[in-house]
Amino acid sequence: MSYQHKKIIFEPIVDNNPVILQVLGICSALAVTSKLSTTITMCLALTIVTAFSNAAISLVRNHTPSSIRIIVQMTIISSLVIVTDQFIKAYAFSISKDLSVFVGLIITNCIVMGRAEAYAMKHPPFPSFLDGLGNGLGYSALLMVVGVIRELFGSGSLFGYPILPLDRDGGWYVPNGLLLLPPSAFFLIGMIIWVVRSWKPAQVEQPEYKIYHAPRPEVAS
Amino acid sequence: MDLVNLFIKAVFVENLALTFFLGMCTFLAVSKKIGTALGLGIAVIVVQSLTIPINNLIYQFLIKDRALAWAGLPEISLDFLGLITYISVIAAVVQVLEMFLDRYVPSLYNSLGIFLPLITVNCAILGGCLFMVERDYNFSESVTYGVASGVGWALAIVAMAGVREKLKYSDIPEGLQGLGVTFITAGLMALGFMAFSGIQL
Repeated sequence: MSYQHKKIIFEPIVDNNPVILQVLGICSALAVTSKLSTTITMCLALTIVTAFSNAAISLVRNHTPSSIRIIVQMTIISSLVIVTDQFIKAYAFSISKDLSVFVGLIITNCIVMGRAEAYAMKHPPFPSFLDGLGNGLGYSALLMVVGVIRELFGSGSLFGYPILPLDRDGGWYVPNGLLLLPPSAFFLIGMIIWVVRSWKPAQVEQPEYKIYHAPRPEVAS
Repeated sequence: MDLVNLFIKAVFVENLALTFFLGMCTFLAVSKKIGTALGLGIAVIVVQSLTIPINNLIYQFLIKDRALAWAGLPEISLDFLGLITYISVIAAVVQVLEMFLDRYVPSLYNSLGIFLPLITVNCAILGGCLFMVERDYNFSESVTYGVASGVGWALAIVAMAGVREKLKYSDIPEGLQGLGVTFITAGLMALGFMAFSGIQL
């Protein structure tokens, strides 16, 4: 594997993260992260779908008229999602109940469509496959961070195994109920964006307006 | 009365944008100005109230388990074809609506024009269809749910745009500018909408 290929895979993880920099695929990032088991299933499903749909779309890119390309992409993506959905239903039924509609919603997940449009339509299949994999991993990295924080501090466990003994079972940890509620994911992702942008200032957005500090008039005393 | 109940529930208690986070990508990307947010909101209401009832008919008569009994094929279940059917219906409705508006209501077409193609990939639309299927709504319920979930989403994005228009004049720490503070605002709005969750009608 050459340097170029490594770059395609690893660049989306921090430098060009699909969720926090490209603002793609936020819907599911928020809704499935309250438990790690659902988070990891969703991450795997999305990474697989993105990688294979990128490869498949890239294979047919020279034969697709641009006027119907969205429909072609949709068909490829939804077939892959159906396969994934049936697989999860067959082998992890309780998790598929928890995920409810969100596996189906991978079809409209902007990461899949966005990478297909932005990368797979212009590049050969193998780099497209790697690009899909990289962006899937970038999405997974962010989701895992949010998922770990929410499950560890919201219910004191990881993957359902107790880590911090809860006070209602005689331990010392009082769980933070807010982290199990949906809005906490917004706050966590906002904070992660803040941390990443302080670390890599190149990602900071320029404000549309600057507050003008009027100079204080000198008062003669 | 049940339908009124369902309407209120879908607009406030189960708001698609703020309790299920559907359509978040467009919700965050197109909420910079109230005008454009309103345009997109109306487009979502229209598409949502067309696609959910249409998909409901298809679901009830073709896709549901044992739905093909009227054609003499009671043992066939096509439910694995669900996802691909719903997304095709959405894409088709958006396309037809676009052509119809272009031909007959050009002024509306010009104001909604750029948003219509975006709606095909808006997860709120597909999400609404999948919730309709999961909860097994009948036809009149699906009409109500379609309109109400669209209204709820539009309400959320217009409110968000209002907040963001004021927000750009405030002094925000550097790393938090733009996306970061938008997320936190959306979180606070979601907390506000959680206040509706105890309402029983």
